[in-house]
Amino acid sequence: MPERRLLPSPWSASAAGSTAALSRRHLLGLGSLGTLAVAAGCAVPGTSGGGDGDADQDGGTLRTLFMQQAGYDAEAIEAMTTAFEAANPGWSVENTLVAYEALHDKIVISAPAGTYDVILVDCIWTAELADKQMVLDVTDRFTAAENSDLLAGTLATVTYQDRRWGFPWLPGGKAFFFNGPMLAEAGVAVDSTATWDGCVQAARTLKQAGLVEYPFSWSWSQSEALICDYTQLLGAFGGRFLDEDGRPAWNSGGAVTALEWMVMTLQEGLTDPASTKSLEDDVKKALLQRQAAMGLNWDYVYAASKDPAETPHVGELTMAVSPAGPTGQNPAVDGGMGLSVTVGSKNSDAAWNLAAFLASPEQQLAHADNSLPVWSSAYTDELRAGREQMVDVDRAGYENLVSRPQVSDYNAVSQILQASLQEALLGRRSPQQALDDAANQATDVIGG
Amino acid sequence: MTTTHVPVEDRTQEQRHPGRLRRDRSQAPLALLLMLPAVLVVLGVVLYPLGRTLVLSTLDVNSSVQQTAPFVGLANYAALLSDPAFWSTLWRTTLFTVFSTGLQLVLGLAVAQFLNQPLRGRWLFRSAVVLVWALPTIVNANMWRWILNSQYGYLNGLLSHLGLIDQYHDWIGGPLQALFVVALADTWKSTALVAILLLAGLQAVPHDIYEAAALDGAGALRRFWHMTLPLLMPMVGVVLVLRTIEAFKVFDIIYVMTRGGPASGTTTIAFFTYLQAFSNQRFGLGSAVAYVTVLCILVLCFVYSRLLRRGNGAAS
Repeated sequence: MPERRLLPSPWSASAAGSTAALSRRHLLGLGSLGTLAVAAGCAVPGTSGGGDGDADQDGGTLRTLFMQQAGYDAEAIEAMTTAFEAANPGWSVENTLVAYEALHDKIVISAPAGTYDVILVDCIWTAELADKQMVLDVTDRFTAAENSDLLAGTLATVTYQDRRWGFPWLPGGKAFFFNGPMLAEAGVAVDSTATWDGCVQAARTLKQAGLVEYPFSWSWSQSEALICDYTQLLGAFGGRFLDEDGRPAWNSGGAVTALEWMVMTLQEGLTDPASTKSLEDDVKKALLQRQAAMGLNWDYVYAASKDPAETPHVGELTMAVSPAGPTGQNPAVDGGMGLSVTVGSKNSDAAWNLAAFLASPEQQLAHADNSLPVWSSAYTDELRAGREQMVDVDRAGYENLVSRPQVSDYNAVSQILQASLQEALLGRRSPQQALDDAANQATDVIGG
Repeated sequence: MTTTHVPVEDRTQEQRHPGRLRRDRSQAPLALLLMLPAVLVVLGVVLYPLGRTLVLSTLDVNSSVQQTAPFVGLANYAALLSDPAFWSTLWRTTLFTVFSTGLQLVLGLAVAQFLNQPLRGRWLFRSAVVLVWALPTIVNANMWRWILNSQYGYLNGLLSHLGLIDQYHDWIGGPLQALFVVALADTWKSTALVAILLLAGLQAVPHDIYEAAALDGAGALRRFWHMTLPLLMPMVGVVLVLRTIEAFKVFDIIYVMTRGGPASGTTTIAFFTYLQAFSNQRFGLGSAVAYVTVLCILVLCFVYSRLLRRGNGAAS
C-alpha cells in the first residue's frame, strides 16, 4: 500500500484551504454580481414589438420560416419568393427551412425577438398561437374574391374562435396508398381496400402468400404522426376526441375501437412492428421499396412514387381516398398548414402581402407537383393532367376532413395521447385502459 | 537588538514571503482587467440564466411573448412534485445515469489501461480514441439510429450475415430496452473522454512502485486493485462528477434517436424540461424542472464526494 498520495484529491481539506480566504470586499463584489443576475432575471420575456404595420416603408427584408420535408420543397419556395421580389421591388425575402419536428419550437423561440415575419403554421397550432397572441388576426384582410374562392375545408386550418389567423397554404389530408401489382399477385381485388375490414383481409392474404412479411406500414412513433394516423382511424370508426363540453371523449365508442383495431394489426403481424418507431418518411420508404403494401401518408408520396430516383418500382403505388370504417365514414385527417404573420413582425403589411402572394392561384398552380392549391377555381382539367389520382383523391379529402382537438394546449394533450397510444400499441396496457389514463390526464390540461 | 524567532507555522504571509504581498497588490488592477472578459462571460452565460430561470420558476409564464406574469411562489414546484410523470421521468433518468456512467467508468478504465501500455503504435490507438470523442453528439445519435434501424439497420444486417440472428430485431422496441440501448450508444462516444482522463491519471503514477510491488510478489490483479485503483480515485471522482452531470442532462441523443419514446420510455429529465418549456410553452414549470434537475445533480455529486473522501481517508 503506497504511503504517499501521488495525485491531489479535489476533495481533500488541504486543497480546500490552500487558497487565501475571500476578503469582505471580494465577497460583497461577488454578492453584487449575483444580485444583479437575479434582478436581471426578474424581467418576463416579452415581444420586441412590431405588428403596427409599415404603411410608410417602401422596402426592406422579410424573413420567412417554412418546413422542409413535405409540401413545397426548397426549390419551389425559393422560386415563389424570388417571384415576389420581382413583383415587389425594394423587398427581399430570406427563407429558413427546418424539419417539421423543429418548426413549432423554432416559432416559439424566435417569437420574442420577432425574428420571422411570415411563418408556416400547422392547423394544430393555430389555437395555441392565437390564444397566446403570437400571430396576427387577419380576418379583415381577406378580400371578397378570396373568401368566395378558397376551399371551405382549408379555412379550418387557420380559423380559431371564428377568426382567421393566417392564409391557407398547404391543404392537407392523409391519403391511402396501396401497391396494386402486389395485390394483383396475391389475387386481391382492388375494391376490397375500400374498407378497413377489406384491407385487413387483403393484408392476411398478402402475408399468407408470402409476398410481404408485414403488409401495413404506419407512422406510429411517439410523435404527432401517430396522432394523425389515429385521428384518421378514429374518424372512420365513428369516434370523437372531445364531447360537447370540450372534455375528452376518446375513451369511449369508436375512438376505443380504432385503437383496438390498430393493436389487432400488430398482434396479427399485419403491421410492421417497426411502425411504432416510424415517421411518415419511413412509411414512404417502406411503400416505395415494397417492404409494405398499404399505408397512410401525405400526398407528396404520389410524386415520389413516380420518380425513378426515389424508387425502382415506379408507378406501382396507387393513391386512394381513405378506406371506410364500420360506420361507412372515411374522413382524412386535416393536416393543412397556413401562412401566418407574426405579432413581432416589423413589416406586417408587407408580410401579409407576401403570404397572400405565396398562396395566390398563380404561384400554387406553378408548383402543383408539390402541393395542390387552396382555390376551388384552380381545380381545372389542366391541373388534373398528369396527376389525376392526386387531384381527385385530395379534392375529395378536403371536403371530408376530421380535425384533431382544437384546444390552446394542444401540444400537451397530444403528448399525453401519444404516450398512452404507444402504451397500448406496445401491449403494456389495454386500449381502454390507455385511453382512460389519457383522458384523466388531459382533463387537467384542457381545464387549465 | 534582539531577534524574535517566530515558528514557521505562526508566521504571516508577509513574514513568509517578504515583498510578495506588495507585488500582489500592485498587480491587482491588471489581474482584474484580465479577468474581466471571463467574468462577463460567466455573468452572461452562467449567472444571468441561473438567476432568470430561478425567477421564472416562481412565475406563471405560459407564453414566450407574455408581457406580465403573476408571481406564484412555489406553485410550479408543487405541481411538479405532485406529477407522477415527473417522478417516473426522474427514476428513468437516474437509471440511465447510473447505467451509462458505471459502464463508461469500467470500459474507460480498461481502455485507459490498454492505452497506458508500452505498445507499438500506441499513438494510433490514442488518436482513434480521441477521434471518437470528437464526434459531434448529433452525428453519433444519427449514426446509431441508422445502425439500429429494425428494417435496414447495419446491426441487423451484420448479425444476420454472421448467422447470429434469423430475423431482424427491433433493438429499441420496448421502453426499458430503448433506454438501455440509447445508454449504450451514449457510452460508445463518452467512454473515450473517460479513458483520456483516466489515462492522464495513470500516467501520473510512477512505475517504480509497481516494480517494488512485483519484487514483493504482488500479481497484476493485486497491483491493480491495491495500488492503481486507490491512486486513481481522485481522477475517478472527477470522471464520476463530469459524467453524472452529462448523463443526467442528456438530451440530444434522445431527441434524435427516440424523441422520448417508445411509450415515454426514454423521456429523461432534460427532454421532459424541453417538452414543458418549449413544446408546451410552460416556461414557469420548465424552469422549475430545470432547477430540480440541478438539485438532483448536486445531491449526486455530494454523495460521490462523501464516498470518495471516506475512501481516501480509509486508504491513508
